[in-house]
Amino acid sequence: MLDAFDPVVLARIQFAFTVSFHFIFPSFSIGLASYLMVLEALWLKTGNAIYANLYRYWLKIFAIAFAMGVVSGIVMSYQFGTNWSVFSDKAGAVIGPLMAYEVLTAFFLEAGFLGVMLFGINKVGKGLHFAATCAVAIGTFISAFWILSANSWMQTPVGYEIAANGQFVPGPSWAAIIFNPSFPYRLVHTVIAAYLTTALVVGGVGAWHLLRDSANRGARTMFSMAMWMAALVAPIQILAGDMHGLNTLEHQPAKVMAMEGHYQSHPHGAPLILFGIPNSAEQRVDMAVELPKMSSLILKHDPDAPLAGLDTVPADEHPPVGIVFWSFRIMVGIGFAIFALGLLSLVARVRGRLYDWPLLHRLAILLGPAGFVAVIAGWVTTEVGRQPYVVYGLLRTVDAASPLAAPAVGASLLAFIIVYFAVFGVGVWYILKLMAKPPQRGESAEPAAGPIRSAGITPAPAVEGERP
Amino acid sequence: MIGFDLTLAWAAIIAFAVAAYVVMDGFDLGIGILFPGFRVGGERDMAMNSIAPVWDGNETWLVLGGGGLMAAFPLAYAIILPALYAPLTAMLLGLVFRGVAFEFRWRDPGHRAFWDAAFCGGSLVATLAQGITLGALLQGIEVGGRAYAGGWWDWLTPFSLLTGVSLAIGYALLGAGWLIWKTEGALQADARRFARPLCLALLVAIAAVSAYTPFLEGKYHERWFGYPGLFVTIPVPLLVAVGALLLWRSIGGRRDGMPFLLTLGLFGLSMLGLAISIYPDVVPGRVTIWEAAAPERSQLFMLVGAVVLVPIILGYTSWAYWVFRGKVDEAGYH
Ligand code: HDD
Ligand code: HEM
Ligand code: HEM
Repeated sequence: MLDAFDPVVLARIQFAFTVSFHFIFPSFSIGLASYLMVLEALWLKTGNAIYANLYRYWLKIFAIAFAMGVVSGIVMSYQFGTNWSVFSDKAGAVIGPLMAYEVLTAFFLEAGFLGVMLFGINKVGKGLHFAATCAVAIGTFISAFWILSANSWMQTPVGYEIAANGQFVPGPSWAAIIFNPSFPYRLVHTVIAAYLTTALVVGGVGAWHLLRDSANRGARTMFSMAMWMAALVAPIQILAGDMHGLNTLEHQPAKVMAMEGHYQSHPHGAPLILFGIPNSAEQRVDMAVELPKMSSLILKHDPDAPLAGLDTVPADEHPPVGIVFWSFRIMVGIGFAIFALGLLSLVARVRGRLYDWPLLHRLAILLGPAGFVAVIAGWVTTEVGRQPYVVYGLLRTVDAASPLAAPAVGASLLAFIIVYFAVFGVGVWYILKLMAKPPQRGESAEPAAGPIRSAGITPAPAVEGERP
Repeated sequence: MIGFDLTLAWAAIIAFAVAAYVVMDGFDLGIGILFPGFRVGGERDMAMNSIAPVWDGNETWLVLGGGGLMAAFPLAYAIILPALYAPLTAMLLGLVFRGVAFEFRWRDPGHRAFWDAAFCGGSLVATLAQGITLGALLQGIEVGGRAYAGGWWDWLTPFSLLTGVSLAIGYALLGAGWLIWKTEGALQADARRFARPLCLALLVAIAAVSAYTPFLEGKYHERWFGYPGLFVTIPVPLLVAVGALLLWRSIGGRRDGMPFLLTLGLFGLSMLGLAISIYPDVVPGRVTIWEAAAPERSQLFMLVGAVVLVPIILGYTSWAYWVFRGKVDEAGYH
């Protein structure tokens, strides 16, 4: 039955599925680890038990998200070999060392100190425990650094040579490979995305509990912190995204053409297509709603600048326009929605209504999961937009796959889909259940039955006497 | 750089990572395999608690083994992984189940029995898959050009099943040894009870695999029974016998750490035997480490990192183990 399918298509679906699922967890755990670090620092500095309580509240959630990030990540690191063996053979000498450094500098750090962070408070004292929290948070960032460097090299390959056996091999400078042209933009944009995603989740949870009890101090503190994050960082993210786009225009123009829906070249200033239905058969966007000359203004900072379209690119190098066009709009739309939420929260602060303005809280709840949608949409834009290449301009995706038969890939794809939805679905459900409980005074880090931590992982032995 | 072979150094580092993985994740996978044998409630909680703070770090050695192989020997990675597609996929899925069970079983007392089963099943599947992978490698995989050239069921033979079961026995014994060391009371007594038959079974397994290996297709016979292999062929079985005897006696003994350490010794000897069988190939009988090696620039770049970082990693990993030293009880480490 599965023989009817193309194994390469199945492998692509499998990679897209598993990596998208994986990235949901890092985008949350990168941000949450830093948030926990801030909470513990605030607690150590001020001695205010509210921070200790919030720390313990979010630590339980972090533990679940992190576990899911780890197990889905291990799948990814093997998938390069199982499903993309030609790619591994050809690019392993360049990409492999970057990922090996990720293991050596990040994964061991995260995993080594996670145990102390989760279970060690009564064993090591406050200072060392805080150091462990910092090590985990820094580890998540280092991990993002290396994996994004690897991914960016595939987008904008430089600094390589091609050996006689067809392998990409490193040139004289590793710095050129690591700091390839799209890497700085991608690192900044992705890490900020993780912070925003976490802020939206924290803000959504805070808002949910404020709607029920606007006096809950834990909910107030987390909501306020999250809204500061949204208000301050969303504009930076929009700016970073804009610069990222300009960089992409320089190195992967066909991707930007697909994002913008520009099938045709515009010699005298290109319009910005807000919405429309890309029609690749006819090479045009149907029912387009356009702002004249705006695209040239954004991309070239000159309304009359000429802008090339996909008609200048050979047809067999077109990315799938529809997917890229839409995923890009979803991401940008959410970006502006977060920006609006941040502005609204500033207004609420000025008017002294931050904790009792249901409209704001409802909006924050609505946007709670939006960060995940935006990061996946962003990656879809990035990855689908570089098709048909896996190493841009050099190695086509169809030429990179393993010599596997369709039934093998089809069966594994099916297994991944079933297991991921079941296991991670249940995990997300547990997280939602934890979030549904309001932060309490004397928050325990453990459910009643979780013995190992019941002795208290709390950084606060004395949290009594504090209103929740 | 005369006299220094980067490729050999990388082969050693990857062998070290795999060995570190086997001994470290081995005992926590083994506890998963033994899990249904422990009484529901305090005993299971205690077994879980004895590994909860360290399992993630243990599993990271698997990522280093895989990632390091891709980086230092890309050709080997590209040949071996597709050849073992089904068992590796099963291993990854098994690791998913057991990894999340560490958290999930506490979160949902109503379904704890389910997550306990997932913990055991996941551990067992992952272990069998790893053992099968080893067997499949030893028995040889088909290579054409720079790629795997066989089918997706080639790995399945009586020999690979034997290595799969053997590894499960070995991990279970490691797990029992760990529990004898780290726990007391009823759980420790259970672990001692399991350790005896496992010790016997492991001996049988080692003997069976060793007897089988030289007769697989390939050069193993010549390696083991020719010069200079013979120097090792004779002492290794002797050492295994002595080790097993000591292990048997230590199970009932008063030094709680001994059974674990002696099992590690047996694993060490088996891995030495393996190294003799395989070296200097990375895909046995097909591709040598030099043929699969990444260029010097890649290997050198990583070697700098590995030389600096692996000792640091070992340092803080030991510290993390030291933080959780001593016996564990139902309420965690004390
Ligand atoms: C921008 C960040 C980012 C991106 C793009 C990726 N990951 Fe990831 N990954 C992380 C950020 C991260 C992390 C934050 O470091 C995680 C998440 C939760 C965790 O435990 O660590 C992680 C975990 C994680 C693990 C488990 C580590 C452990 O054992 O502790 C592996 C093996 C990978 N990842 C591998 C990959 C691969 C092969 C990817 C590409 C296809 C990938 N990750 C994309
Ligand atoms: C975690 C964030 C990431 C997400 C959500 C993501 C998403 C995707 C998606 C949706 C595809 C499928 C594109 C298509 O088939 O049309 C893809 C392809 C691919 N990505 Fe990424 N990606 C991520 C990170 C990475 C990283 C960090 C790397 C490399 C180190 C990478 C390597 C690849 C490769 C090799 C393919 C080729 C397979 C294919 O085209 O389907 N990805 N990715
Ligand atoms: C509204 C302003 C935004 C703009 C203009 C923007 C722009 C971009 C562009 C141009 C890319 C593609 C990069 C490439 O060519 O490969 C991209 C990718 C991405 N975006 Fe955005 N973005 C915005 C908002 C957001 C938000 C709010 C998030 C998440 C919270 C986000 C998350 C991502 C991610 C994860 C990627 C993939 C990784 C990367 O290539 O950086 N973006 N963005």
